[in-house]
Amino acid sequence: MSNSESGSGVGSRAFDVDSIRADFPILNRKINGQQLVYLDNAATTQKPAQVIKSLTDYYEQTNANVHRGVHTLSIEATDGYELARTKVAKFINAPRREEVIWTRNTSESLNLVAATWAEANLSEGDNIVITMMEHHSNIVPWQQLAFKKGAEVRYLQHDDEGVIDIDGAGGVIDSRTKIVAATHMSNVLGTINPIAKLAELAHDVGALILVDAAQSVPHMPVDVQALDADFLCFSAHKMLGPTGIGVLWGRYDLLEAMPPYMFGGDMILEVTYEDANWNDLPYKFEAGTPNIADAFATGAAVDYLSALGMENVWKHEQELTAYAMEQVLSLDNVKVLGPQDPALRGGVISFIHDTIHPHDLGTALDQQGIAIRTGHHCAMPLVRSYGVVAAARASFYIYNTKSEVDAFVNGISETEGYFSR
Amino acid sequence: MTGGMSGLGEMDELYEAIILDHYRSPRNTAPVEGADVDLEVNNPFCGDEFHIQLKVEDDAVSEVGITGRGCAISQASASLLAELVKGKSTDQVHDAVDSIRRLLKGEEITDEEADVLGDIEALGGVRKFPVRVKCALLSWVGLDDALTEHLSK
Repeated sequence: MSNSESGSGVGSRAFDVDSIRADFPILNRKINGQQLVYLDNAATTQKPAQVIKSLTDYYEQTNANVHRGVHTLSIEATDGYELARTKVAKFINAPRREEVIWTRNTSESLNLVAATWAEANLSEGDNIVITMMEHHSNIVPWQQLAFKKGAEVRYLQHDDEGVIDIDGAGGVIDSRTKIVAATHMSNVLGTINPIAKLAELAHDVGALILVDAAQSVPHMPVDVQALDADFLCFSAHKMLGPTGIGVLWGRYDLLEAMPPYMFGGDMILEVTYEDANWNDLPYKFEAGTPNIADAFATGAAVDYLSALGMENVWKHEQELTAYAMEQVLSLDNVKVLGPQDPALRGGVISFIHDTIHPHDLGTALDQQGIAIRTGHHCAMPLVRSYGVVAAARASFYIYNTKSEVDAFVNGISETEGYFSR
Repeated sequence: MTGGMSGLGEMDELYEAIILDHYRSPRNTAPVEGADVDLEVNNPFCGDEFHIQLKVEDDAVSEVGITGRGCAISQASASLLAELVKGKSTDQVHDAVDSIRRLLKGEEITDEEADVLGDIEALGGVRKFPVRVKCALLSWVGLDDALTEHLSK
């Protein structure tokens, strides 16, 4: 079948940035006449030829609907779709493949938990504990649920460098806490949060821990069992995969007890004119024809990363981040948000320039072919807590190099020169 | 270090000297006592925000004060706006906002309109940077809406 070469036998491959870069057609692009330097990886990553090919292969050779046909194509489509689920399960060390639910993205995964598990388990006076550095998608669903239920959203504090006050967490998480929902790695500060420790505090009071792993699963080894997580969410497009598909992983017993999120085809076992009952996991949460092609491509993305080894991915990004932090911090007019110690953070560097607004900087860097993110990064309360309305952010991935970091830092200096003319 | 290899020379159309001047030294930033129109405008996309105050006497803008924070384009645009509206009738302000909208959309404006806009025509360079058009329009659109609302009172 079409996905045989990205099948179960994933070989390993040396972590060689030049050979990695050769897999990414878009890196050859010129932007405004300059060589593209893509540093907006926390927003979405670029896609290697292997992932793009898995999509065209699927549509050219396998396309059919899943779980319902007896014809060959439908069987192949189903096998490939389910094989991708198995790959994802292995990638995060899930105990069972049925615990991996395909969603549209991290936001949908978070909304699913809020609308099903939390809807069924929260009462008036209960509380939900999140951090002050969450993405809007891990704030707003909880706020809305809390309004509806008469529950409370509580915040874990962090210090000036964006490090969670874990000693103070015991005073926030209490007997009325039903769930602790925390980002594994902040998309603004780069902070890596102590999830296993938060899980322990949550479990001590009988609460669950949900992990927003959108910024961690793509970049470091993540093991849901080692974290002692109850739910974990991420998106494929931030880890070389396609847009439009994400993952909710949840503990089997929790998922089993939860009501469905959406109703329709594939999620039912039996329908009468009077009633219906629900299919087994994971299908109970996958109503309608799923995103089959993108599941195939997600499998290809997991294969690509697995062959490199997530330890090596993490090591590369740590080296690059340390190098970039040193360079950026040496600039006179730049303040970096989040931990100043590279060992405490991932490859996301948000910064504020004393005199140049992030959007002016973003436009100027774009003129030099350098793509960074500017704005509130979907974390308005956090960015505002630093006394600004917007920040600039550079974020790295497997194909970025030290010379690209140099180009970026030089680009900031060029922009300073331009605006002080 | 503009132009040349870095490609920053292309930005000169966006950041004309007059824009940078208004960005560095914004005009009419003093608060207006007893303002008739008092509004906050913000662009949720980038977080830029401005506080616009106007005093309207005999259907003309007699005092204006704009403060806020934003990028060079939105700050300069707000400052240019403040200069323009002072002494103008509400109809003239409305027409000017219409001219600037069309200018930034890439439509032709008449010589008469260009005369009214004066220095503001420099904002036209934003057209080549479509994602920045919102920066340039932020204060204008907010002011227009607020004036319309004030007149309907």
